[in-house]
Amino acid sequence: MRVRAIVIRIIRQFFRDKRTLGLMIVAPMFVLFLMNLVFNGEEYKPTIAVDKNVPEVVVEKLAKSDADLKELTKTTARKQLEKQQIDAFMEMDEGTPKITLEGSDPTVNKAVLMAVQKAFQELAPQTQSLQLKTTYLHGSEDMALFDNFGPVLIGFFVFFFVFLIAGVSFLRERTGGTLERLLATPLKRWEIVVGYVIGFGIFTTFQASLISWFAIDILDMMMEGSFFYVLLITFLLAMTALTLGTLLSAFANNELQMIQFIPLVVIPQVFFSGLFNLDTMAEWLRSLSIVMPLTYGADALREIMIRGSGWQEIAQDVYVLLGFSVLFMVLNVIALKKYRKL
Amino acid sequence: MFSVVTDGCLNYDGGQKNLIMSDYSLYKIFFSYKIEVSNHSRKEGYAMSEKPCICMKHVSKSFGKKKVIEDVSLEVYSGEIFGMLGPSGAGKTTIVKMIAGIDEATNGTIDVLDTKMPSLHVMKRIGFMAQSDALYGELTALENLQFFASIYGLKGKKQKQRIDEVMELVNLTDHIKKTVNQYSGGMKRRLSLAVSLLHEPEVLILDEPTVGIDPLLRQAIWDELERIRQNGTTIVVTTHVMDEAEKCQRLAMIRDGRLIAVGSPEELKKRTNSQTIEQAFLHFGGARQ
Repeated sequence: MRVRAIVIRIIRQFFRDKRTLGLMIVAPMFVLFLMNLVFNGEEYKPTIAVDKNVPEVVVEKLAKSDADLKELTKTTARKQLEKQQIDAFMEMDEGTPKITLEGSDPTVNKAVLMAVQKAFQELAPQTQSLQLKTTYLHGSEDMALFDNFGPVLIGFFVFFFVFLIAGVSFLRERTGGTLERLLATPLKRWEIVVGYVIGFGIFTTFQASLISWFAIDILDMMMEGSFFYVLLITFLLAMTALTLGTLLSAFANNELQMIQFIPLVVIPQVFFSGLFNLDTMAEWLRSLSIVMPLTYGADALREIMIRGSGWQEIAQDVYVLLGFSVLFMVLNVIALKKYRKL
Repeated sequence: MFSVVTDGCLNYDGGQKNLIMSDYSLYKIFFSYKIEVSNHSRKEGYAMSEKPCICMKHVSKSFGKKKVIEDVSLEVYSGEIFGMLGPSGAGKTTIVKMIAGIDEATNGTIDVLDTKMPSLHVMKRIGFMAQSDALYGELTALENLQFFASIYGLKGKKQKQRIDEVMELVNLTDHIKKTVNQYSGGMKRRLSLAVSLLHEPEVLILDEPTVGIDPLLRQAIWDELERIRQNGTTIVVTTHVMDEAEKCQRLAMIRDGRLIAVGSPEELKKRTNSQTIEQAFLHFGGARQ
């Protein structure tokens, strides 16, 4: 009953504060959209210069592949390479093709090599040295970088915005004196925490669904598994963020101090959640990811979206995320003791 | 007219010798420390009873190593306006928060309505108005009231009726649909008062209800408090405004976390041969040092 009163109040507050509501829902979508633009743009079209001694057939094939061609002498090509006007120069050196790359941008290098490889492959499919058969276990040739870390990003943005908004609103309850006022009523501490979780939970469910839908249907992110599981994981991540945010707000005295938790609590999770390859990191450092909720959320989302996994593969992540939420809630009930013993 | 020396909760009810004792009163008798409370000069004609509604015994409160309240013992009787007078930082807020059950005493006991505080059960019967307007700015007055009413378990018709009543009381009925952010400072204070009255509390605790309020409104609030009191509610109010203190039936003077005097305004003035409460306060304050 009293929990319901808190839930209703939070919902009403949300609808009054349209901007925060917008931040929670539109901001993650906007950032995902931007990231999509950056990482999912057209393939880079390299500019390759060819020497006169390159056979006509090779040039023709190259022209058909994804590259702009130029015919240049070796010396001008050198100069243009220096100035980054062209990406590579190709010549025949004693019968074998020789490529000189500008070489400063790996994406460009890859594009050049791809184009050249493709051309030679078509010319002489039997040539072993240039023939590379690539198979993909997950994803495909079309899989963009964005598809790979998209699931992590969905998880991260849901986590980030819910953490911030839940933390700040709980903090405001304290700085505005309403928490003290609430604690002067017979309201129990757990009722406050549960009220917050349910009130925000309703919005985070809504938010998680919208973001997932946007990423998958509008941004066309790779999606192999079940949409329901994606929702479940984003919702659980949001819950963890919500409970952690409200818990940590007890240790902040104002909004600015709440923001200070972002580099301490939120950003490290990005590094450890699988966005970057951790294999080269020291063992003990890698084990830090065990305590980070985003690790589990990102792992589960990747399983579902890229590998099309079902319940069995994500069950453990689900339980861990649930565990985190419950733990943070309990700690929050305890932390509220600071304001009222009872 | 009679004069009784009360010690803690040991209390004589008029001539009937009705002994009202709480759990600790016997224990208390052996304590040497006593505060003299004279009843003889209380204003007559009010519905006050001798029954202590709030009873603090040797209450101390420390935050860490800092002692904020030191050995405060006092009683508040049912149906009176009990003022706590003292400069800012004297510990008034800490005392009322302990009475309201938000804070717990480090040492000593506080009984409110015959129950040891803090008690969630008794908190239902206490109304509390904090020093800051604890309202949700983005919500309307009505939504704020509905929220707090639900917290106290008021619902449906009863809730609506109480909301109408308290808004009438603080004269804000016309502004009930406005969001609190649109309210002036004075209106917010009145709304806070309305919120604290919603569940018809038996004890009303007000922490600096008139701070930052113009004299006209202040007068209105005090008139309101007097009306609430006459309906049988016990009111504890903190203030640092001396002339407000005159409007209380009894006063506690607090300085540096200690109780320096308790009594009716007239009596306190008489005891110190002062013309004003301010002089009396200075006298008690000086006498301590």
